[in-house]
Amino acid sequence: MDSSSHPCCAHHLHHHELRVEDLRVSYRGVPALDGVSFATSCGSCVALVGPNGAGKSTLLKAVAGLLPTDKGRIFWRGTRVSRWSREIAYLPQREEVDWKFPITVRRVVAMGRYPQAGWWRPFSKTDDAAILRALEAMDLLDLQDRQISELSGGQQQRVFLARALAQEAHALLLDEPFSGLDRTSKAALAVLLRTLASEGRLVMASHHDLETVRGIFDEVLLLKRRAVAFGPVGEVFTPENLEAAFGPVPQGGKEVA
Amino acid sequence: MIDWLLEPLQHPFNQRALLAALLIGCTNGYASAFVVLKKSALKVGSLSHALLPGIAVAIMLVGLHDWSAFLGALIAALLIGLGSLAVSRGSRLDQESALAILYTAAFSGGIILLRRMNVTQEMEEWLFGNIMGLRDSDLWTNYWISLGALGILTALHRPLLMTLFDAEVAATLGVPVRALNYLLLAVLIVVLISSLQAVGCMLAVGLLVTPAATVYLLTDSTGKLFWGGSLLGGLASAFAVLAGWWLNIEQGPAIVLVLGAVFLAAFLFGPKYGMLARARKGRRPS
Repeated sequence: MDSSSHPCCAHHLHHHELRVEDLRVSYRGVPALDGVSFATSCGSCVALVGPNGAGKSTLLKAVAGLLPTDKGRIFWRGTRVSRWSREIAYLPQREEVDWKFPITVRRVVAMGRYPQAGWWRPFSKTDDAAILRALEAMDLLDLQDRQISELSGGQQQRVFLARALAQEAHALLLDEPFSGLDRTSKAALAVLLRTLASEGRLVMASHHDLETVRGIFDEVLLLKRRAVAFGPVGEVFTPENLEAAFGPVPQGGKEVA
Repeated sequence: MIDWLLEPLQHPFNQRALLAALLIGCTNGYASAFVVLKKSALKVGSLSHALLPGIAVAIMLVGLHDWSAFLGALIAALLIGLGSLAVSRGSRLDQESALAILYTAAFSGGIILLRRMNVTQEMEEWLFGNIMGLRDSDLWTNYWISLGALGILTALHRPLLMTLFDAEVAATLGVPVRALNYLLLAVLIVVLISSLQAVGCMLAVGLLVTPAATVYLLTDSTGKLFWGGSLLGGLASAFAVLAGWWLNIEQGPAIVLVLGAVFLAAFLFGPKYGMLARARKGRRPS
């Protein structure tokens, strides 16, 4: 297994491909996603854009192996993903986490080493080094002994990212990472995501702020239960496609918040 | 005065009760950290009531032996727990409602059965505990249960905490979340049953929630939550047993009352999360 110190795969783009073919996922018999196909690879920053209930979270969870699929296949680096993979990290919406849970920043980040450390083995030097590197990269060294309840929104998001880095994940799946952040934190997070992608990781995030899609992301998948369009932001993020996903919008393609 | 304080310790059955209180209190206190972090106090309370009909049916079927009551209680808790899951999956009802329906119905059945079985004395003990009635064999049963439960919970500490913190992320890291949830529930049920002798099924949930809940108001450290809960559970139970002798009150309720008093003190005077500390800082509880 690849556990080299730098999980970078920038020079092997075609090996590190995420391919989704004709995916269908249902909740209690009602399809939340149907016929979704696309392919992207490491080094890219992908936005999932679509109205509420379009299946953005569902797609992320399906790729993370959290949801059973009715139909279709998901491939990561040519291998079929059916359950969890150490190389794919899932970062939930911040609202879904109990931030009052008595645990320190460092311990949350250390959870990323579970695939390597297992049920009870103490952390090895390699584990400790990976945790430290992750904390450092996310600028959390000073906060590592803090309780997670004492963090700001931007810091909380960085803790999740640090856990994914400690995991040495190649693909990062983020559910609405920008929601609820103030402007400064949003800008800082955008820079971080760009950096993580340029280092050779695949960053895929559901995103509802249409204004900022162009500034942050390379590719966009417009979703409305089905894939309305997928491709480079410049080609796909057009008023026509947005209308197809969101329906007619009165003015200038802005989403009504 | 000293003689009066130490007098109860002269008798072997008193020593046995004290030892049992320490053992049961420690184990329940440790396990209570999981209940608090899992926020499942209500579920545990319901399951503890489900133990009574299990005991009743077991005694009716095979008579009162060392293990019949234990096994009956275990099977009843599993049936009610899994039954509520089945009802909630097979209907539009949520699991807590299903659980409430099942356990109250079962509990009522248990009461009616026991009233007709001429075991009024024992019924009182199963409801509210009788730590003085403990035999050596009971002490050994408790010892093995404590050892097993603490062993399992300690060994699986890492994946269990990950599951409790965020089950979905834990699953994406390869933690067998569903299996661990079932295992945790099973261990909690067994710990619950072991406390029957001390506090009975009406009060068992108090011993399996209050210790760590109290420590939760005093510390941010996960480790302290577990060992602090264990320490508090053990010491409070032992103290309550002694106080029961000195003041001539029932030991089962005394245990839960002492724990409640300590909780109240932590709630009011906790240095960081206590009411007074919060009031001084002028912050609203979050």
